[in-house]
Amino acid sequence: MKILVCIKQVPDMESRFRPDSTGVWFSDTDLAFRVNEYDEYAIEQAVRLKEQLGGEPELTVLSMGPDRVVEALKKALSMGCDRGVHVQDGSSHLKDPWQVASVISAYARGEGFDLIFTGLQSLDRGSAQVGVIVSELLDYACATTVVGFEYADGVATVRRELEGGVKGIVQLRMPALVTCQLGLNQPRYPTLPNIMKAKKKEIRAIPVAELLHEEPRALAEAFYPPPKKGTGVVLEGDVADQVDKLIGILKDKTAVLR
Amino acid sequence: MKALLIGECREGKLLEHSYELFGFASRLGADTAMLLVGNESALPAYGGTLYLADSGKYGEYNPDLHKRLVLAAVEREKPDYVVFMHTSYGWDLAPRVAAGLKAAQLSEVVALVEGGFELPCCSQKMRRKVKPTGAVSVLTLQGGAFPVEKPGGTPQLRQIDAEGAGREEFLGYEPPAPKGVDLAKAEVIVSAGRGIGKAENIPLIVALAKALGGEVGASRPVVDGGWIEHGHQVGTTGQTVSPKLYVACGISGAIQHLAGMKKSGFIVAINKDKEAPIGEVADVLVVADVMQFVPALTAKLAK
Repeated sequence: MKILVCIKQVPDMESRFRPDSTGVWFSDTDLAFRVNEYDEYAIEQAVRLKEQLGGEPELTVLSMGPDRVVEALKKALSMGCDRGVHVQDGSSHLKDPWQVASVISAYARGEGFDLIFTGLQSLDRGSAQVGVIVSELLDYACATTVVGFEYADGVATVRRELEGGVKGIVQLRMPALVTCQLGLNQPRYPTLPNIMKAKKKEIRAIPVAELLHEEPRALAEAFYPPPKKGTGVVLEGDVADQVDKLIGILKDKTAVLR
Repeated sequence: MKALLIGECREGKLLEHSYELFGFASRLGADTAMLLVGNESALPAYGGTLYLADSGKYGEYNPDLHKRLVLAAVEREKPDYVVFMHTSYGWDLAPRVAAGLKAAQLSEVVALVEGGFELPCCSQKMRRKVKPTGAVSVLTLQGGAFPVEKPGGTPQLRQIDAEGAGREEFLGYEPPAPKGVDLAKAEVIVSAGRGIGKAENIPLIVALAKALGGEVGASRPVVDGGWIEHGHQVGTTGQTVSPKLYVACGISGAIQHLAGMKKSGFIVAINKDKEAPIGEVADVLVVADVMQFVPALTAKLAK
C-alpha cells in the first residue's frame, strides 16, 4: 500500500501580519513557521494506519514551498513518514488552490497512491479546496472534515463532522483522499531517537516548473487587516490595575456583580 | 448577471442558512436560480426557478451525484456565479464543481469589494481581495456575513437528473453526543481557550467561573486536546450560548467559536494578542497573560 500525506508550513497565527512587496500576501520576515495544525492530524492518521497494517504501507510526505518547508518535512519524517518530497517553489504563496492542486496531482498521478491524507484547510489561506481538487483531478473518492477514520480490506469508513455536533458516516473504496479535521486523533510528539532516524530519510527535491502546467483561476489583488468593528474597551498595562478596572466595568455594565 | 444558488437540506429539512444565499445575491444585484437536492415538502420561500432533485434518489450526501446535478444546472442556466454556503456541505461540494468547470473558487466570501470579493485569511486576522477569472466562478459564503433574505413566493419547479453512481457511500447520520453541561441556561460562562497553555490550568478557569457564579465553557482546541470533556464546547460544533456575561480566557476567536457565543450580553476577552479576532466581538479586551490575570481576578472577586 502506498500512502501520501500533503502538508503545508504556515506561520504562527499569533504573529502580526504585514503585506510583503507584492501587496497580496504577508511578508515572512520575523515569522516563526510550523506544520499547519490540520496537517499534523493527517500525518498522525497515516502513521497510525501504517502501524495498524504492521508497517507494510510506504508513507510519503509532500510539501510545496521555499527551502524552509524542509523543516516541516523533517517533522513529518520524525513522526513516522518514510520519505519526503519537497516541491521547490519560492512563490507558492502566489499560486491559487487550482494551481497547487494541479501540481500535487501531477506528482501523484504516476505514483499510484492508494490513499492520500491532507488537512481540511490551511490556517493561513484557509480555502479548504486543495485536497478535494486533487481527488477530482486523480478521480479518487474523497471525504472532507474527517473526525473518525477506520480502515479494513481496501475500504475506509470515516466520520465527517457536520454542524451542530452531528456526524455523517461515509465509506470510501481505495483509491481515496480524506481531509482531516482538528480532533481526529492526538498527534504524537517526535521522540529524540525518531528525530535522529529521520535525519537519514530521503527528501527528494522537485522543481515546481516540472509539475506546474496550469494558469491561476483567481487573482489576488490586496492583503489588509479587517475593518475594525470592535467598539470595546481595551485594558492594557499592570495586571492589578486591569483587574480593578474590569471589576468596575462589570459592576457598571452587567447585573452579574453587585 | 446571474447566480445559481445551491441550497442545502438535512434530514428532509431545508437549512435556514440557505436564505443567506438570497441576501448575497441581492447585494450582488444578480438574477437567481436555485438548485436543491431535497423534496417537495421542504421548498424554500422563493418564487424563482428551482431545480429540484429528489434526495430520496440522490441522497443528502452523495457528492459525485450532487456535483453532476450542479453541473447540469450550470449547463442550463449559464450563470456567472455558482454560490454555496461555506458549510460542511458547501466546502465539500464546491471544489468538486469548480474542478468540473475548471473554474476559480473563492472560499468563505465575507464581503463584496470594488472589482472583487473579500476573503478572510490568517485565521480571520487578515483579509484578501481576490478576483476570479473566466466566464463562471464558484463562491462559498461565510455564515452570517450576508443577511438572511426570504424572497417569498412559490418556486417554479424544474426537474433535473444525473446519471451513474457515486464514489462515496453515505451510511447515515450519527446524532450529537449528549451535552453534559447545559450551557444554554447559564447566566455566566467562563471559557478556556488554547491560551491557557495546558490541562493543568483548567482548575484556575473553574475557580473564576465559581467566583462569578457561572459554568465552564471551552473552545475547540481545549476539547480536542482532551483537557476538558466535549460537553463544555462552545461553537458551531458544540453549544450555542447567550449568557449575560461571557469571559473568554485565551481564546483567539475562530469563526466557529464566535458563531456560538457572539450573542452573549456582555463579552470580556483576556488575550495576550491584541489583534486576535475575539477583540471584534469583545466589550472589554484585557491584553494580558491569561494565567497571570485570571488568578488575580479570582482573588480580587473573593475578597
